[in-house]
Amino acid sequence: MSEAVIVGFARSPFHPAMRGALAKARPDDLAASTIRGLIERTGVDAADIEDIVMGCAFPEGEQGFNIARLTGLLADLPLSVGGITMNRFCGSSMSAVHYAAGQIAIGAGEVFICAGVEAMSRVPMTGFNPMPNPALAAKSAAYLGMGDTAENVAKKYSLSREAQDAFALASQHKAGAAVAAGKFTDEIVPYGGVATDGTPRPDTTAEGLAGLKPAFDQAGSVTAGTASPLTDGAAAVLVTSAEYAKAHKLPVLAKVKAVAISGCAPEIMGIGPVEATRKALARAGLTIDQIDIVELNEAFASQALACIADLGIAAEKINLDGGAIAIGHPLGATGARIVGKAASLLKREGKRYALATQCIGGGQGIATILEAAE
Amino acid sequence: MSEPQIKKVCVIGAGTMGAGIAAQIANAGVPVLLLDIVRDPADRNALAAGAVAKMLKTEPAPFMSARAAKLVEVGNIEDDLAKVAACDWVVEAIIERLDLKQDLYARLEAVRKPGTAVSSNTSTIPLAQLTDGRSPAFKQDFLITHFFNPPRYMRLIEIVSGPDSDAATVARVRAFVDRQLGKSVVDAEDSPGFIANRIGTFWLQAAINAAFDQGVSVEEADEIGGKPMGVPSTGIFGLVDLVGVDLMPHLQSSLTSTLPKDDPYQAIARSEPLLEKLIADGYTGRKGKGGFYRINRENGGKVKEVIDLATGDFSPVKGSRLVSGAAAKGNLGALIAEPGKVGAYAWAVLGPTLAYAAMIVPEATATVLGVDDAMKLGYNWKAGPFEMIDAIGAANLRARMEAEGMAVPPILQLVGDKTFYRIEGGKRQFFGLDGEYHDVVRADGVLLLEDIKLASEPVMKNGSAALWDVGEGILALEFTGKMNALDGEVMKLITKAIPLVQEKYKGLVIYNEGANFSAGANLGLALFALNIAAWSEIEKLVRGGQDAYKALKYAPFPVVSAPFGLALGGGCEICLASDAVQAHAETYVGLVECGVGIIPGWGGCSEMIDRWRSNPAMPKGPMPAVSKVFEIVSTATVAKSAANAQELGFFRATDRVTMNRDRLLFDARARALEMADGYTPPEKPEFRLPGASGYAALQLAVDSFRKQGKATAHDVVVAGELARVLTGGDADLTDIVTEADMLRLEREGFMRLVRNPASQDRVEHMLETGKPLRN
Repeated sequence: MSEAVIVGFARSPFHPAMRGALAKARPDDLAASTIRGLIERTGVDAADIEDIVMGCAFPEGEQGFNIARLTGLLADLPLSVGGITMNRFCGSSMSAVHYAAGQIAIGAGEVFICAGVEAMSRVPMTGFNPMPNPALAAKSAAYLGMGDTAENVAKKYSLSREAQDAFALASQHKAGAAVAAGKFTDEIVPYGGVATDGTPRPDTTAEGLAGLKPAFDQAGSVTAGTASPLTDGAAAVLVTSAEYAKAHKLPVLAKVKAVAISGCAPEIMGIGPVEATRKALARAGLTIDQIDIVELNEAFASQALACIADLGIAAEKINLDGGAIAIGHPLGATGARIVGKAASLLKREGKRYALATQCIGGGQGIATILEAAE
Repeated sequence: MSEPQIKKVCVIGAGTMGAGIAAQIANAGVPVLLLDIVRDPADRNALAAGAVAKMLKTEPAPFMSARAAKLVEVGNIEDDLAKVAACDWVVEAIIERLDLKQDLYARLEAVRKPGTAVSSNTSTIPLAQLTDGRSPAFKQDFLITHFFNPPRYMRLIEIVSGPDSDAATVARVRAFVDRQLGKSVVDAEDSPGFIANRIGTFWLQAAINAAFDQGVSVEEADEIGGKPMGVPSTGIFGLVDLVGVDLMPHLQSSLTSTLPKDDPYQAIARSEPLLEKLIADGYTGRKGKGGFYRINRENGGKVKEVIDLATGDFSPVKGSRLVSGAAAKGNLGALIAEPGKVGAYAWAVLGPTLAYAAMIVPEATATVLGVDDAMKLGYNWKAGPFEMIDAIGAANLRARMEAEGMAVPPILQLVGDKTFYRIEGGKRQFFGLDGEYHDVVRADGVLLLEDIKLASEPVMKNGSAALWDVGEGILALEFTGKMNALDGEVMKLITKAIPLVQEKYKGLVIYNEGANFSAGANLGLALFALNIAAWSEIEKLVRGGQDAYKALKYAPFPVVSAPFGLALGGGCEICLASDAVQAHAETYVGLVECGVGIIPGWGGCSEMIDRWRSNPAMPKGPMPAVSKVFEIVSTATVAKSAANAQELGFFRATDRVTMNRDRLLFDARARALEMADGYTPPEKPEFRLPGASGYAALQLAVDSFRKQGKATAHDVVVAGELARVLTGGDADLTDIVTEADMLRLEREGFMRLVRNPASQDRVEHMLETGKPLRN
């Protein structure tokens, strides 16, 4: 079986939905620009690409009509390049990486663009026509708002407001430092003259966070400051077989070591990463202590803290350049961003193992373990 | 009549008045350039830009819509004065300094194109001084346009033209401020303070003096000098607090320095040490720490306090209830004849004020009409001074003045035992200085029911509504109940009107001249029925309203609603059922039923869905229109203007707006006539609705609002019923839901809610307090 490797990572700037610089950017255009940038930066021969696997949480409106295929056409890729849109909400584009790894393993292609996009300014979270099954809505928390699940996790794990605020503050400060040090410059493909993120708030203070009102439950502890913002953005990673990368002298960032999915109770979907990570670690034959770099999606501070506690992750390994609370969370794009980021960090930091994991609305977790290239 | 040819305006001076005038011009859809001086060289347009930014946050809002704000271009007089060349009218609203104004005019003369009108918003400086040194061409195009604050909401504008003013220029500006800015023009002479502020300042001074002299407390003065005199409930001191205590010395010094020495105002102008102390201590009124009244927030409380005029100490308001009987109900003769404090104070205020108002005709304005209009439109008095004199009786007033040794103004001598107004041959007439009566002539395009009523009888009427022939083959339906509330009688008259219009007329206009178009269904009647559990009566009322409104909608003639002021609940639904709306710009429309624990029951639900689903900006599918209407109705959203009502879907994009209230009926009649030829009634809408799935989606949203503390326990119940109707009940996505189905769902939901004690509590609370109960 062929091994899948990650040979490139690029993303668009991330901007807050509605009020950011990308509010008027069509998601297909944004994704096409990002993919174009990835191809140019890696130098891969576009004719070799088997498929564009595009994660998107609400694939309708401008994100509809199989956006993966349309993006390939917009990016002027050869007509031979396919396109499949993949939806696992926030885990969509991480699933794209898993799918590509699987395809490579069974010999169904050697080069895949694993991308994700969400224009949350233009296609609302829940979509334009939310029509839940009334019977399911009555018996399950499948449709529960994400903020409510974050409150549930905060309660279940007795996570204080102060702890959540401190986590969010750290994320903002890490992202601020990364921006100042130019650490995002290489990964961002400018779009329409926009070359930097609009999401981070490096001047966030503890007092400022403490002053915010709860956003989802007036008696709760989760605020707009401890939740990831609605974001417009796209991300893409280039996944190839190890043989292809070697033959074409593509610099390998990391290889895909193990992956996993695990369902959990919808009302506490934020702890999804715990079981998914445990499964992936077992498949990789590793323990959490052996992981050097962790990209844990910060949908909410509460769920991130709960996962960190349950998994026993050392704080200094987590989200070195900040997480989604600061950088933003364009639902379908986040998986590709954190897999790409984890791979890049392995290389930058000279470490061996990385974990990228996220929680998923409706009650799931997804995890990917990467290993540095030899 | 000259057509308005003003396509672009420049306002110079971005203070409260200038900025507010610019906003109103933008509200009319006309681009406006707002300029001020450069204060910060690094940010040269800061003053004008700051004024626009401030207005976007001001309540009541100077702008009628976000779209209007975009029509204001900001700049400064150093860099942008040349842009005046592209403007057809320049309004100067800079500070009241003659030298600065004259400098500016000199610069304007160099850049304006010939024929561009230039007007000053001065309230104190004579026109002759303003134009001193300017060319004859400039003088021709110059006039004074004196707006009142806030310019969007105050209807009065005083126009002063000079001996050199060109009649065509004045007519052009006049037509623009009337038709496009919606202001009522009163022609004033070039005399100090013009009309309204001259009388208004005299009146306030007389009232303040009398309070100090007679030992009348602030609360007593505001009671006696407020509602019983037909003056807004702020009364005397409340009004001073509202406009600013510190404005008083300015008004005083401006008038004392410009009025002749023998003007009666000079004798009463005086400075009270207490007022000076208030201003010095920052008690400049509502904009400051308070004024004669203040809110004491000590110890976390919120206590309204009032000052003692003798000691200057504040104590909690007690409320004053001195006036009763006929005197309390607007009988001015009874008021000034009251024994003791009430009559003495009322006379001390009214006697000199009415005498002064009578004295300034024709010095300040040519006719008694000008005086009355100025005070009604500029100070919101219910009746003008000459109408008040008629109410007291000119002869009675004169007798008392003579008995007390007061000088009697010539016009009061001239009128003798007669009245200043009379009805003759179905027309309202006023008393002229020539001793003759003259018809009150309305401007072209002004049609008032008030006038029609003088000349004719209703075509049909009952206890709650009347039908009037408003000419040109159009009937008008007038609501006549208390607050124009809607009830079964209104519906009966609608039902009777339809065959009548069909047989003899071309169309129907829904219109009236109350304080508001309609605040909705008669809740008092509804509560009575609820209390005796007369469920079948209530259901009959709901069905009767639905039937009447649908009959209007599908009648074989055009129906045009002409709302203004509040148009709530059933008042909104009748607009929704009409073929077209001709709305006054200041219309506040909304489906507010949820606030009293019920849902729209006269077709509002399906009409709103029909509006929103045909909005081209909406995404496709069964939910977007439903979600939008749910959001608007469940939160009882009320539009803040007619333009905002279009944004909210209460009015169609094709519905039209009349800026001047007096022109509303004329425009609505014209709209009906325009539609009458070849009129075909609308087709009945059919809906595809999301049914139980959509209901589940809305429920999830409501649950979130409840958790966030934005919805109360009963809000959840009411919103649930609304969601049930809007999603089509048990309909499946593939089913066709008819309008009749929607009306049935509305009725069922409505009836379930009215039986709910929590909804009944809401109705009762609204009737008792005028405020919604958040249970």
